[in-house]
Amino acid sequence: MSDNHAVSASRPVPASSADATLPPDRAEAVFADFKPAYSKAQAVAEANRCLFCLDAPCITACPTGIDIPQFIRKIATDNLRGSAKTIFDSNILGMSCARVCPVEVLCVGDCVYNRMDQPPIQIGKLQRYATDMAFEQGWEFYEAGEPTGKKVALIGAGPASLACAHRLRRFGHEVVIFEKRHFVGGLNTTGVAPYKMKADRSLDEVEWVLQIGGIEIRHGVEVGKDIALTDLERDFDAVFVGIGLGPDNHLGIPGEDLANVEGAVAFIERFKLENLDLRDFKRGVVVGGGNTALDAVRELLGLGVTDVTMVYRGTEAGMSGYQHEWKAGKLEGVHGAWQTQPTAYVGNGKDNRVTGVACVKLDDKKQPIPGSDHVIPADIVLVAIGQAKLLADLKTLDGIQMDRNRVLIDKGGFTGRPKWYAGGDLANGGKEVVNAVAEGRDAALAIHASITGEQSA
Amino acid sequence: MTAHIATPLKAKSPIPDLTSNTGGIISPNPFWLASAPPANSGDQIKRAFDHGWGGAVWKTLGTPIQNVSSRFGGLNYRGTRAIGFNNIELITDRPLEVNFREIADVKKHYPKHAVIVSLMVETEAEWREFIARSIDAGADGLELNFGCPHGMCERGMGSAVGQEPALNERITSWAVKYSTIPVLVKLTPNVDDIVPHGLAAKRGGAHGVSLINTIKSIIGVDLDRMVLEPRVGGLSTNGGYCGAAVKPIALHMLASLAREPEFRIPISGIGGVTNWRDAVEFLVLGASSVQVCTEVMLRGYRIVEDMIEGLSTFMSDKGMTKLDELVGKAVPSYSEWGDLDLNYETVAKIDADKCIGCQLCVVACHDGAHQCIHPQGDTFVPRVDESECVGCNLCQIVCPVPDCISMVKVDNGFAPSTWNEHTIGQGNLRPKKGVH
Repeated sequence: MSDNHAVSASRPVPASSADATLPPDRAEAVFADFKPAYSKAQAVAEANRCLFCLDAPCITACPTGIDIPQFIRKIATDNLRGSAKTIFDSNILGMSCARVCPVEVLCVGDCVYNRMDQPPIQIGKLQRYATDMAFEQGWEFYEAGEPTGKKVALIGAGPASLACAHRLRRFGHEVVIFEKRHFVGGLNTTGVAPYKMKADRSLDEVEWVLQIGGIEIRHGVEVGKDIALTDLERDFDAVFVGIGLGPDNHLGIPGEDLANVEGAVAFIERFKLENLDLRDFKRGVVVGGGNTALDAVRELLGLGVTDVTMVYRGTEAGMSGYQHEWKAGKLEGVHGAWQTQPTAYVGNGKDNRVTGVACVKLDDKKQPIPGSDHVIPADIVLVAIGQAKLLADLKTLDGIQMDRNRVLIDKGGFTGRPKWYAGGDLANGGKEVVNAVAEGRDAALAIHASITGEQSA
Repeated sequence: MTAHIATPLKAKSPIPDLTSNTGGIISPNPFWLASAPPANSGDQIKRAFDHGWGGAVWKTLGTPIQNVSSRFGGLNYRGTRAIGFNNIELITDRPLEVNFREIADVKKHYPKHAVIVSLMVETEAEWREFIARSIDAGADGLELNFGCPHGMCERGMGSAVGQEPALNERITSWAVKYSTIPVLVKLTPNVDDIVPHGLAAKRGGAHGVSLINTIKSIIGVDLDRMVLEPRVGGLSTNGGYCGAAVKPIALHMLASLAREPEFRIPISGIGGVTNWRDAVEFLVLGASSVQVCTEVMLRGYRIVEDMIEGLSTFMSDKGMTKLDELVGKAVPSYSEWGDLDLNYETVAKIDADKCIGCQLCVVACHDGAHQCIHPQGDTFVPRVDESECVGCNLCQIVCPVPDCISMVKVDNGFAPSTWNEHTIGQGNLRPKKGVH
């Protein structure tokens, strides 16, 4: 494993995530960083390439609007504390976003150097350099505001809620996060491809965010079951809902109960948090064409599954996952089966384990081509065709605006029902961590304005 | 259910007070815009103050002139644009009443920021009039432009005054006589020794000096047209050189005055300041404030955010709470060559784990120094012959890898001894190296 954070590794085990002790032999530990950390010399050289554009396209491309040229200039001048603060002022989860953001389609993709056919500035790696330094040096930038006597409940301890909670604490509001699981950090802890970030780094970051003090996390409490939504509404001045998405969707085809057919999100969480024995798996199939599918194929390969195929009913060019991720997977040796529709999972009949995926080819109108039935052999099948929407509980509250897939919010995360705000995947349908951070932060500003009657800066 | 409340924040060290005092001109931080295009108008200076600049020296007022086109030239080096810069622009070309009205407006809206008015006129009557109008407008200080090395000096002003101590002293004394606010004299570097000119300003009664103005220069030649740059039709002229590349010259002149026992008045440092680190160098060599022009022209007012943060962090790290604790801190280390310890010996050490094998140190040492770093057959890491190494630093300067070559002190058993001691028959000098 390549962990570049010797310093952080030697830090004492965080006291707060009492339940969140990760086994050291987690399966994800085998992954090296796809984008390794910069040395100081590399960071300074790259920082000095930055043109320090005005109203830079990279800023516009960042959902949290980090002043990217300014933080980069501060790396060049060895003002690393200032650099990190510039990042955190806009994005308190800047350390994980530096690793997990699809910078190729955000800031880096919009760097002006692309327009002159020069390599764009490696903004993600520079952000990682500055934020890692802040974490490792233990720099603290923020203090909780003077107590206001107002209380805000946040449901879910993922990126949206953490960003919201931190900003609310800066205003001096009391915050309580309700998290049904033992782990904090949401998908940052359980869902990020380990060649981008491992679970321990996510927990480190949560710890760093909690430094501001006064953020209470109630683990093991499921809102809607252990506490009624209406109780929160009664007891708190505002409620922020950041519960993300639900369990993996499945196709509803024969054989789904076979062993080793699993939802991709569930599988990813297992190998990130546990030690899995995958020695018997040589052939893997991932069903889907989105970014979770793209993560899953590369992860299976990295875990030692030598023959991995992505089965997608659309074309290679038409997949919803990022092309830069697919190209990386292809280079690593992943196969693609395009315009291919699974019709059943095939088992061995003895111990009910999956042995293959029965498929049919589709024509350009997505109609099955007669006689094209075939079986792709597989010892493990991961299904990455989306996740359930967690809207049922919220439907019981009048006034919360939603459509079939998500809660509808305004720019400040307001749901339409007084006191109720939302952000993250629940509200955006499933985007990046950086979107969740922006939505959580902006909801905090709106909540602050609403509960105090003040316009926040 | 488990509950957790994270521990409160650790106590922070106090934020240092960056308030700067240069001869009675107070500003919330030591970062001023120099008298130049970035300080040409009230609108610009207000925006600069909004970004965090602590003061501004207004673009020089005098009898308004007519400028040429073009005006600026840049010196590029190995792909980096404008490490040096020159200009043939003159003083303000805007109507005086507009300038004075805007000065008053800026001071009204930014009472705590320092607005210093730069002046360049000829007769005593003119100096008297311009000073009165500046004070009426609310200026916090005056800067007498005795530095401009192009155009104005041909008319007997600018560096024509700064190069002549008697003239400098006389005009300074007029200004001081008519002024109720602090007077700084801006000195030209186009002199052989800055000290007499600083002393002339002091004798004239100046409350401080600012230095350096630009250096007489030709930035380059358009080789297709065979015309100097910046080109004005088929001709050009010498301009004033500035930007990052002039910092060493500015630091020397600054330190020369700062260590001069007869001098001892405040200095506003100018010349090649691009970031907080440069600014700290000026401060520790005796400046109470620093003025910036070229880097703002190249990157905008927003560079000041990093300068304020960097200075503040640096002072916190050093346990300093007030700017005065920093000012002049390195001046005592500026000595005469004859007092340097000739027995102090260093040699180069190459960190084999960091070396990338470029052999730049080998060629630099062989062709440019004392032939003591040699290529080796069995490894790409060169070998330093320490018995020949004179400790000149050239290899360390040329090495592209940070911290790969270090200069390590050698304990040679000789007590410190200087040339000045040697010339009077004292001390015991170590044997010379590198004289094969």
